[in-house]
Amino acid sequence: MVTDETILEAVGEVTDPEVPVLTIDDLGVLRGIRHEGDEVVVTITPTYSGCPAMDLIRHEVELTLRSLNVDGRVETVLSPAWTTDWMTETGKAKLTEYGIAPPTGRRAVGGPVALALTVRCPLCGSPDTTELSRFGSTSCKSLWRCNSCKEPFDHFKAI
Amino acid sequence: MSDLFVYTLRLGDDALIAAQRTAEWIAAAPQLEEDVALGNIGLDQLGQARSLLQYAGSLDGRTEDELAYFRDEREFRNLQLCELPNGDFAHAMARLLYFATYQQLLYDELRSCADETLAGVAGKAVKEVAYHVDHATQWVLRLGDGTDESHRRMQAALDALWPYTAEMFESDALVQRLDVAVDPSTLQDAWTDRVLAVIDQSTCERPSSSYQHTGGREGRHTEHMGYLLAELQHIARSHPGATW
Repeated sequence: MVTDETILEAVGEVTDPEVPVLTIDDLGVLRGIRHEGDEVVVTITPTYSGCPAMDLIRHEVELTLRSLNVDGRVETVLSPAWTTDWMTETGKAKLTEYGIAPPTGRRAVGGPVALALTVRCPLCGSPDTTELSRFGSTSCKSLWRCNSCKEPFDHFKAI
Repeated sequence: MSDLFVYTLRLGDDALIAAQRTAEWIAAAPQLEEDVALGNIGLDQLGQARSLLQYAGSLDGRTEDELAYFRDEREFRNLQLCELPNGDFAHAMARLLYFATYQQLLYDELRSCADETLAGVAGKAVKEVAYHVDHATQWVLRLGDGTDESHRRMQAALDALWPYTAEMFESDALVQRLDVAVDPSTLQDAWTDRVLAVIDQSTCERPSSSYQHTGGREGRHTEHMGYLLAELQHIARSHPGATW
């Protein structure tokens, strides 16, 4: 009998194909596990509605279940909506090391003022940075430039 | 067809047709960052469309692909605003300002509705469209308060699309009957306040046209819809069942 902890640990090691340093556990994409009869149901949630990585993540979780000889399936849930608040501290540290500035504080949905918090350059650590575009190489990132070391970098948007 | 199916289809078709037009900008935007931005915005809209059409399909025994690729023009329930040709970049930003502001207000209400799936889709989408509204707002301000030429084009775009805005807020028997639906007429005042505040700040004039087009919710579309669907659907229809 494979325990839930073992299953969660194993499927939690599946990585995000677009940010391969992060596991779905680091990201908070892995939501949980439950039993339906003899079947194990692993629930995951997309970061963005259109996230194209979800199909691959679902497939890799299924393969992991099979490798454990667990009879199970993967279910995608939309609610509660994913937030960068679920990203683990380990995940944020890995992102910085990888060259992506981790999410900062989150703005309130529909709030009157979008407060811009400093995004530090992940390469030199300088707080003197400029947003080039709200949108970056994937849905979850925006494009920035460091005014100190002049390098461009991605920032994981807080949502 | 149940009320819930038709209501979900309206929202899903808005997002799908908006995504198709937004995607046409990829590799055609004025700068690389804008290609990326519009690509991401289109992807958000497509993701919303998929969730909504999957749900609609589950109520009606069809798949999202059957709904997207194998319905004809008169069966689409999207707003005419979404299907209009792209025009210049100012038109893209005017449409995004009008449409994303509407979606933001709508999803914000819908996320507390009693239907779990609609509430779930709306709860995710409302965060995404907040970025769309921001993006459109920044560009309308920059173009409107920019050079003489950018101001002229921004004004022309705001004026050209204004007659397609009232359709967003039309109420009908269906939304009044269906308790999980948001009656769009309740959103109009907030929408007008937000959009006019941006237009005022952009130094453009408030559009004044009183004529308003309508019909999308009943399947009556502009002449442009057929061409859009031809491009959207021809591969799926030429090779039924193909996957890649």
